Amino acid sequence: MSSSPAASARQPGATPPSAARQLTRALAAQTAAEARLTLRRGESVLLTLAIPVGLLVFFSVVHVLPLPAGVRRPVQFLAPGILALAVMSTAMVSLGIATGFERQYLVLKRLGSTPLGRPTLLAAKTLAVLAVEVLQVAVLSGVALALGWRPGGDPAAALGAVLLATAAFSGIGLTMAGTLRAEVTLAAANGLYLILLLVGGMVFPLSHLPGALADVARALPSAALSGALHASLTGGGPGGGVESWAVLAGWAVLAPVVAAFTFRWE
Amino acid sequence: MPAIEVEGLTVRYGDLVAVDRLDLRAEAGRILALLGPNGAGKTSTVETLEGYRRRAGGKVAVLGLDPARDHAALTRRVGVMLQRGGVYPGMGPAEALSLWAAFYPRPLDPAGLLERVGLSAVTRTPWRRLSGGEQQRLSLALALVGRPEVVFLDEPTAGVDVKGRQVIRSVIAELRDEGVCVVLTTHQLEEVERLADRVVIVDRGRVVADGTPAELVTRGAGRSIRFGAPAGIDVAGLAARLGAPVNEVDPGEYEVGAAASPATVAALTAWLAERDLPLADLRAGRERLEDVFLRLTATGGAGDGGQR
Repeated sequence: MSSSPAASARQPGATPPSAARQLTRALAAQTAAEARLTLRRGESVLLTLAIPVGLLVFFSVVHVLPLPAGVRRPVQFLAPGILALAVMSTAMVSLGIATGFERQYLVLKRLGSTPLGRPTLLAAKTLAVLAVEVLQVAVLSGVALALGWRPGGDPAAALGAVLLATAAFSGIGLTMAGTLRAEVTLAAANGLYLILLLVGGMVFPLSHLPGALADVARALPSAALSGALHASLTGGGPGGGVESWAVLAGWAVLAPVVAAFTFRWE
Repeated sequence: MPAIEVEGLTVRYGDLVAVDRLDLRAEAGRILALLGPNGAGKTSTVETLEGYRRRAGGKVAVLGLDPARDHAALTRRVGVMLQRGGVYPGMGPAEALSLWAAFYPRPLDPAGLLERVGLSAVTRTPWRRLSGGEQQRLSLALALVGRPEVVFLDEPTAGVDVKGRQVIRSVIAELRDEGVCVVLTTHQLEEVERLADRVVIVDRGRVVADGTPAELVTRGAGRSIRFGAPAGIDVAGLAARLGAPVNEVDPGEYEVGAAASPATVAALTAWLAERDLPLADLRAGRERLEDVFLRLTATGGAGDGGQR
């Protein structure tokens, strides 16, 4: 029995890596695994890449949607809005659904018995979301540029808005994942995605919504993100300004805090 | 120092006392089987040792550390196999094992471990498409990849086919030989008789029996003699000869309510010989582990509660 390969491998081997190196190794492996799993799930690729690209191309080519005053080409309005949609799909829907099922399948419980640790797991999930967003921005920007998009304004501000929104949407996604059954999270995240898309100023301007609904929409993170991106990427475009940033910052603090206090690991 | 030492452990869920002043010891290089009916407090006990549950009272030490306070330090030295699940559904054995290996400072070689648990043919098959037995064997491998000193296995062979069970049992036996402390919860009494060095039977949150499998089956010694013979023999006549009650518990299966003394056994066989009756089998002084288990955990069996 003791001649089995694993038994002989049990002898003391090389000196163990330092704690910092070990942590980096675990974080890198977990981040890569999270990103791989996201890109391997068909429904996740549909949601994070296919639908945004489809909406961008379709409504850029087929002129059926209203545009804000002063904008002539649809892609000029659509590109920032679809980038906002992409961030929401990854940080809220994809992360929320995946985490909900990991909780239901006891993956989170089991990881809790390994040296990975919850802070490292959360860091890995964050990094994986950011990696997928980088991919989304590259693909969507490429498609938009090919469709004649001419970005302007302040890319640094846009980056800031994306990071705040990532925190906000991740908080919402993880709040659902940590409190609801996985199937309910699946339905709720997709439903919320549709609602926030429709009232998010992503494919058509908020000004075309009824007044009261537009006021509610302005307090939601999707409209705040698309507003901030429109403002920063088209140089003072529609719906930007201080209000969007304030709403975005508020959600970026509130949602993760709620997630942290309500999340149940099993 | 024992690998695991538990004194007076109490676990509560609200008003419900799941574990009630339980004592337990497990040694390195030994397999401890934790038995008990569903709801007896096995899982609550094990999950407290694993660091998942907070205890309401008592002293608990795993490798000399407190699982609640020193959880991070213990995760490097303890392997846990959950009763079910615990793996990303879209991940295959090789990928899962490589990921888990990255969490530990001195992991085992994933390829060697996959071979050891017999998963070399399905290294890339996603978890959700593996059979129940393959899932359990991967789950076992994940518990071992970090070279743990203590391993908790929750029903490792539940839903596993015969061949898979053999693999899992031989790996568990190897762990013992390597000096690992194995804590096994199971419903398979045959597995316990074959594997366990020590058995602890828990019922209603308390230990009702604790000993080696041999000790437990001989503890009921002297209570009765059981034997097999043709159905319908003259039990009244035999009872008169032995001076003790004789019952035909099943057709052809008899129980004599007397101590298994050599004299009684001799009288019994002599009585059968005079009538030229064949003796199918004779068990004097030993119960099967299943009988012990059922006797100790029977509803209302509180009278056995003091037996240690």
